Amino acid sequence: MTAAHPDQQKVHDWIAKTIANNDVVLFMKGTAMGPQCGFSAQVAQMLAHLGVPYKDVNVLDDMGIRDGIKAFSNWPTIPQLYVKGEFIGGCDIVREMFQAGELHALIHDKGIAHTAHA
Amino acid sequence: MSVEAAMREKLMVELRPTRLDVINESELHAGHRSSPGTGESHFRILIVSEAFAGKSRVERHRMVNNVLSAEVGKKVHALALNAYAPGENGA
Repeated sequence: MTAAHPDQQKVHDWIAKTIANNDVVLFMKGTAMGPQCGFSAQVAQMLAHLGVPYKDVNVLDDMGIRDGIKAFSNWPTIPQLYVKGEFIGGCDIVREMFQAGELHALIHDKGIAHTAHA
Repeated sequence: MSVEAAMREKLMVELRPTRLDVINESELHAGHRSSPGTGESHFRILIVSEAFAGKSRVERHRMVNNVLSAEVGKKVHALALNAYAPGENGA
């Protein structure tokens, strides 16, 4: 194994800091207001439905982050949802959790302010 | 071998599913801005395997992604995945 490229280390550190400093982070294609991929749009819509504020990171803006988040999470696709620093999953997992009421429960149990009521 | 056949074979060997549906949905995404237009870019997989029993959703997806590491994120641009253990809802 060779040492990580300095830029890769920088991206890794930025991702770690971002998920530590924000309760809910969605790495997505496009933005919360303008998703540019159907899968990202679905997750944004579910979070909006629960009234959860989140930080959106548009991976299309930065190739380093687009590749970096895949390596960071050991997950090959975008979107990716983090809650309280923990990787939750991609679109399919978030949808399954949303439909089962588990996403709302998770947000609630983690003490994250949101507007939807159980 | 088609991407679909390759994925099917790997999943059969590695995870010994009791049910495996591999559906090519590339046509549905043909006009998509980032669609590579290969006809082998978007798939939906439903897989039921004993190997998923007691595993979290993330763990199940990682197991499938590991088996399909040569395809997913490369030729396969998007994979919709439902992974169940026998007897679970949806299986």
